[in-house]
Amino acid sequence: MSDDLVTLSVDGVEVSVPKGTLVVDAAKKIGNDIPVFCYHPKLEPVGMCRMCLVEIGLPMRDRATGEPLLNEDGTPQINFGRGLQTGCTVQVSPGMVVRTKTDPVEQARADVIEFLLTSHPLDCPICDKGGECPLQNLTMRHGRGNSRMVFADKLHMEKHVPLGDLIFLDRERCIQCARCVRFQDEVAGDPVIGFHNRGRHLEIATLSEPGFDSYWSGNTTDICPVGALTTADFRFGARPWELTPVATLSPHCPSGSNMTVSTRREAKAGGRSVIKRVMPRQHEAVNEIWISDKDRFVHHFAESADRLTQPLVRKNGKLVAASWTEALDVVAGKLQQAGTAVAGVSGDRLSNEDLFLFQELFRKGLKSNNLDLANGRLAGGDIVAQVGISSGSNLKDLGKGDVVVVVASDLHEEVPVWWLRLKQAAERGAAIVTLNVRGTRLDKYAKHALRYVPGEAVATLRQLVNQSKVETDGQSDDPIAAAAATVGSAGNLVAFYGAEGLTYDETESVAKLLANLLLLKNGDGHAGKKNNGLIPVWPHNNTQGAWDMGIHPSFAPGYKALPEAGLDAHAMYEGAASGTVKALYVLGADPIGDGLMDGRGKLDFLVVQEMFLTATAAAADVVLPAQSWVEREGTFTNAERRVQRYYPAITPVGDSRADWQILAQVGERVGLGKPALAASLVFRDVVKAVKQYKGMDYRSLAKYEKQWPDVGGDDLYYGGNAYENRSGLGQQWVAAAESGKVGMFEVAETAVKSSPGLKLVRTAALYTPGTLISHSAALLGPRMAQPTLSLSTADARKVGVADGNRVEVTANGMTMTATARVGDAPDGVALISGVAYVPGTAVVQIRKLQEEKVA
Amino acid sequence: MFGEIVKGLYTTLKHLFQPPVTVQYPEIKRPVRNRFKGRHELKRYENGLEKCIGCALCAAACPADAIFVEASENSDEKRFSPGERYASTYEINMMRCIFCGYCEDACPTQAIVLEKSYELSFYDRASAIYTKEMLIVDVPVNGRSTPQVVEPGIFNRAIPEMEDPK
Ligand code: SF4
Ligand code: SF4
Ligand code: SF4
Ligand code: FES
Repeated sequence: MSDDLVTLSVDGVEVSVPKGTLVVDAAKKIGNDIPVFCYHPKLEPVGMCRMCLVEIGLPMRDRATGEPLLNEDGTPQINFGRGLQTGCTVQVSPGMVVRTKTDPVEQARADVIEFLLTSHPLDCPICDKGGECPLQNLTMRHGRGNSRMVFADKLHMEKHVPLGDLIFLDRERCIQCARCVRFQDEVAGDPVIGFHNRGRHLEIATLSEPGFDSYWSGNTTDICPVGALTTADFRFGARPWELTPVATLSPHCPSGSNMTVSTRREAKAGGRSVIKRVMPRQHEAVNEIWISDKDRFVHHFAESADRLTQPLVRKNGKLVAASWTEALDVVAGKLQQAGTAVAGVSGDRLSNEDLFLFQELFRKGLKSNNLDLANGRLAGGDIVAQVGISSGSNLKDLGKGDVVVVVASDLHEEVPVWWLRLKQAAERGAAIVTLNVRGTRLDKYAKHALRYVPGEAVATLRQLVNQSKVETDGQSDDPIAAAAATVGSAGNLVAFYGAEGLTYDETESVAKLLANLLLLKNGDGHAGKKNNGLIPVWPHNNTQGAWDMGIHPSFAPGYKALPEAGLDAHAMYEGAASGTVKALYVLGADPIGDGLMDGRGKLDFLVVQEMFLTATAAAADVVLPAQSWVEREGTFTNAERRVQRYYPAITPVGDSRADWQILAQVGERVGLGKPALAASLVFRDVVKAVKQYKGMDYRSLAKYEKQWPDVGGDDLYYGGNAYENRSGLGQQWVAAAESGKVGMFEVAETAVKSSPGLKLVRTAALYTPGTLISHSAALLGPRMAQPTLSLSTADARKVGVADGNRVEVTANGMTMTATARVGDAPDGVALISGVAYVPGTAVVQIRKLQEEKVA
Repeated sequence: MFGEIVKGLYTTLKHLFQPPVTVQYPEIKRPVRNRFKGRHELKRYENGLEKCIGCALCAAACPADAIFVEASENSDEKRFSPGERYASTYEINMMRCIFCGYCEDACPTQAIVLEKSYELSFYDRASAIYTKEMLIVDVPVNGRSTPQVVEPGIFNRAIPEMEDPK
């Protein structure tokens, strides 16, 4: 047995746990659930509620000799002290004896429950927590069954307190455990709620404007042990026991957050099953038990009234409803007619099965390599396949001595779950190095926050990489040298890279430089080792899958280089305008709406497969209605290359079909043979074509094992209401560096041309309007990001703009209007957020608009 | 044996001259017993507010899965019932119901009560589903119909009268 293990006994059962473990956790390991309210395994213990009182005894020792005192029968003498102790604050020690079932303990539990209920409203029938409420459950188990309180003495408090638009507070139900306050402070790093007043009048208040301003607010409703905090989405929506939980994944971000949608059939929806709420599902290597508010609240698009319900075909200039057979026949016929002048672009929200069949349709059916992502912002999928973060890694394992490099990305806005986990890693002692054009929120936790001048990201990163090879003592005035010293001495090294202010080509250079950083270190590099590697900050949930499936002009599935590359998306859009591309298939993307394509140009035929009538769909000849992710099953691959399954949850809308089904049916018509009958069978073909996915199938992806901390079981009081993962942890595919040697990448020297003038950089905001969020906006309405242009004070003076002015921004031939913010941008850079994607750093023209006076 | 036959015939003969116990339903309807469990009614308070708070405990208790409830939020400008929650949909499928009365037992506000009506017959399955409009009783003489506009802050308890421990 290792020295770090401590053995104690709980109710006569021996258990060995690491030093420093708390008594409640030790008991939990052997299935002895000590009731708790304020303790939560992901939060620091505070010992506020006294629910966890147990008898704790320590072996007695002879004062003089220090020898353990023994009973006559040779067993050690145990001293239980005079009172009970809180199991959530006492750490285990060798020989400790814990008793959790004795009379004094039961008595104490009944007393604490009675005390908590003195002013509790007994709202269970109308309380959203009723049925999954720790207080309710523990009252049933340990309460006395009656009360000595007179009802007239109950303290009445406000029952309807909106803490912002998303979370509502019922002051009577709060038991003052501070889990919510501590979560916001310790885990989320947004201390925007706090306690107000004292004693019985203690109440939760929001300290921010707008109220409860955090991307994590929904999680407080999961860990609140009572129904004091409820979400605007689920308030009075249904009783928990009526819900059917279905495992799903985040449809938004590349972290692959595991979630559960709770559905119910409803009379109001005409008997269809609808989503009542979205909850986190535990995956300790992905999102632990947290999900961002975007994941939790942006799901209404699936049930939006604007969804397309039947195929549309253009007749006499108008899109009219048609049968599936007619629409599919037209699509297949027109695509074949176009011969080699056919092209396809796809979005990166679709499943691996969809994307794979899209690729089959083009490469095998139409014999064309003109295939690309509609809005590829970030290059380097092929580099990630070489040196991506090693399988089996977990950001939770990073700590002292480890280094995380984040380049050109604002994780708080792009992938909040990673931000949260990196913040935690920093608090455990990991050193974070950020390299951005401007300050981001992660800088607060970073050891080195580096900046680059717009356009010089690659050069600056090259300096960092080169200097980290040099052995130094780490003492340097040059920030880059200091950061390089930190990176050079890293135990584990994880590198994230994004696309903020970078062109597509620049992102490729950045990826290569970071790959070299991971590979070098005196020939014995980080790449290929556990908890080391590259993570791309992809823009969407399945961009990784799109790369894996060969949605790329020069890679077939599994990163097999093609002898002859096809057109990339930009060439296709140009071809559409000039007439060299005759037929275009747009799968789950909106290039016209995103400003990438200027109308349908000279295309003979445009087919769009979508959920909504987007700008591109409105210009199309045929529109095929696709199902949303909750109506069908499939797999997504997250940016850590973990392939995970999601499951059908709600009744399909109208006559829509799953994307892979539609593509298989088009494929059949262009001669690809019988269409696949199930997503699992398509996945079988994926595994055959993509060698990295070898050994996976729907069954292996659905495997799960018990995770620690143990949440979601019978004891909701311990971990909160996040769901236990019983639907699969997925499988990570192995990067090349893990199984063999990978050579260094050549990165061409790029001449830095510094052109004069203010440079425009588009920055991310979590709630930026887009197809999905705009069709779910009611809840988030006031929080949606508005177009905002940030300038430094000096630059603002130069262009004559003051804080709050409306301005017109022109760059790259695009014109946008925005509200100016002065002060939080570096000199020479204009940051724009809340708008669609703008690549690179373009010189910008800013014009102040005349204020329209509002009467 | 002969004696038994005479005894039997005597019973027959006796009943021949007694008034019949059958009633000519539907011309004549027999009153039902106090504890008879017939078709449900959703009750109202005297001021007209609905007693049902949409908690769905009846639906949870129902062994036949006959009840379906959807709740919504009350406000003082649009109040259906006391407290924050009311039933915006309340349906009972009379074809599934076995008239066990568990729903009545489960109800924390005595809103759903099995009453005396037993004449339940339908031409099709859909009409066996009784909606809230069909189940709810008429507004009492001194009450107002729902939704009501009420003075703020009065009806903030879903279960207005809690009893002290005895
Ligand atoms: S918080 Fe729990 S105990 Fe309190 S009213 Fe709600 S369900 Fe009942
Ligand atoms: S609102 Fe909930 S989590 Fe917060 S202190 Fe009250 S009971 Fe605890
Ligand atoms: S009487 Fe029984 S079967 Fe009928 S609705 Fe009530 S609980 Fe269900
Ligand atoms: S005091 Fe231990 S759980 Fe609250």
